[in-house]
Amino acid sequence: MSIFNYINEAKLPTFWCSGCGHGVIIKALADAFDQLELALNEIVVVTGIGCFGRSDDYFMTNALHTLHGRAIAYATGVKLANPELTVVALMGDGDAASIGGNHLIHAARRNLGILALCANNRNYGMTGGQYSPTSQFGDRSSTSRYGLPESSFDLSALVQAAGASFVARTTVFHYKNLVKYLKKGINKGGFAFVEVMEPCPTMYGKFNQLGSAGDMVQQIRDEVVPVSRWKPGSDKSPIGILCERDMQEYCRAYDDVIRKAGGFDGD
Amino acid sequence: MRKFISGNEAVVEGALIAGCRFFGGYPITPSSEIAGHLSTRLPQIGGKYIQMEDEIGSLAACIGASLCGEKVMTATSGPGLSLMLENVGMAIMAEVPCVIVDVQRGGPSTGLATKVGQGDVFQVRWGSHGGYPVIALAPSTIAETVEMTIEAFNLAEKYRVPVFLMTDKVIGHMREDVDLESFAGYPIINRKVAPPDGEFLPYRAENLTDVPPMSPYGGLHVVRASSTTHDQRGVPTPDPEKITFKNSRLYHKIQDKAGEICRWEADLMPGADSLVVSFGISARSGKQAVVEARASGMKVNFLKILTLWPFPEEAISEAARGVNKVVVPELNWGQVALEVERVLGADVNVIRVNKTDGTIICPEEIIQVLNDAAAS
Repeated sequence: MSIFNYINEAKLPTFWCSGCGHGVIIKALADAFDQLELALNEIVVVTGIGCFGRSDDYFMTNALHTLHGRAIAYATGVKLANPELTVVALMGDGDAASIGGNHLIHAARRNLGILALCANNRNYGMTGGQYSPTSQFGDRSSTSRYGLPESSFDLSALVQAAGASFVARTTVFHYKNLVKYLKKGINKGGFAFVEVMEPCPTMYGKFNQLGSAGDMVQQIRDEVVPVSRWKPGSDKSPIGILCERDMQEYCRAYDDVIRKAGGFDGD
Repeated sequence: MRKFISGNEAVVEGALIAGCRFFGGYPITPSSEIAGHLSTRLPQIGGKYIQMEDEIGSLAACIGASLCGEKVMTATSGPGLSLMLENVGMAIMAEVPCVIVDVQRGGPSTGLATKVGQGDVFQVRWGSHGGYPVIALAPSTIAETVEMTIEAFNLAEKYRVPVFLMTDKVIGHMREDVDLESFAGYPIINRKVAPPDGEFLPYRAENLTDVPPMSPYGGLHVVRASSTTHDQRGVPTPDPEKITFKNSRLYHKIQDKAGEICRWEADLMPGADSLVVSFGISARSGKQAVVEARASGMKVNFLKILTLWPFPEEAISEAARGVNKVVVPELNWGQVALEVERVLGADVNVIRVNKTDGTIICPEEIIQVLNDAAAS
């Protein structure tokens, strides 16, 4: 098998800037699909808006390209209507954490059985490098030239607190782990959230003078530490599987509602 | 069996008759009974109810479920409708059948949560950016509400569009008796499904009025649906020719079929010099006003609009033939009246009867206007 069963080779190279992490992430997702041997018509890739919102263009699976922040809301309808589908919501940090933050925490609370992937490059790249909810205090951006006076979300901690079954954070540097977490997330049978730290050299890197894409990947690698070695109060972010717990998935819980209402009797 | 039910219950009955199997909603007065009943009734037949985190998510979830092949509905009122509008655009662009019930209340803003209004006529038509056609139906009785709900699903499935069912606080909560069994044989339209063989294009069309057959997620085909302007594969396109074809088709598939879509009820009389045009709850008062005005010797035509969008232009022109004044009662500042003026031009005097105080227009108020107009 090959990732090109899932990625449309004719569309390559991607339209993203050189040094962007998005291409690495969609390759990892295709790798995960491939290793799980999923059929194209069993998968629905749901996207929002932004640079990463275009990622469905490259997939040969079912695709649902929606509105800014709404990928998870659309994915909710798809999954509940047909729980047999593998539903993957692909979002950037603006998509997932800002305009779509409400859908994110509520899908986690419901434990909807989808994989939600957030490509976190800490800014709005598509619109010119504005600060996002994952930009750090003091960050420069096209809308924070004097330094950002806001603090950032710890997205993985947020989603874990909201009730997700599976939460993992990694970086585009840790490719094999990324594929592993995506596979685990898809197979979790509950709300799975994978946060991927990645560089945006064109915008975030430029405004914060972080050097080349390669320099940025090294910085991202140096900013994280495996969760097994992470201690509270550390100035580094933990990576790895941050949360894994078994709870009833939402569509299965709704099956019980149908059962109690007598809705399976006529089938 | 005759049942004494409310307008909101009538929506539920109509939806279930039409085959609705998915409801995504968010509580809002005066529509909440629709969600309440469907949360009980849908799982009884294997359907799904989900209460989303807001109205944005409600319509989004409905559209996602519709793409899996389900017949879907949401219900709301003005403030919730305002939040849904971005997803209305998505349903238009991605051509996804869905029914949106708007139990109107007085506006603007939070306005009159528990009182009646009819101020959303233009919002449903023009609220989504870009300005593309939708279908909107407006019943004025409980039996009509059952029928128009079924029609809303039929039209959504036939044309792959969001269809608005526009009731209001009074219709939603008032009760009339309805013979639900009389709808047993009512024609039900299901979306066209793509044939299993051959290449599948989710937006395959040759003519500007074509409605492409669908294939559900998880079915035989790989399906793309997109909010971005796309070609027949569902892939974003920068090609002006393909963009023109797509956007023209979104327009013409509805506007060119107005003759098939539009419904109204006309009560015309020979020699009429005036016409009362109304819709929804205000049409009930308009009808009674015309009965009483005729009893006092006036020659008045009556037209009840059942399809607000596309606007029934031919019906208006026909009912206004030979008439020199048209009275338009409505619970807003003159939305349908503006459309009537557009259709009839400057030769006809369009007289507005507007009310926005949260109460309905009474027949006497319309008769007064007819009398004043006759005297002037």
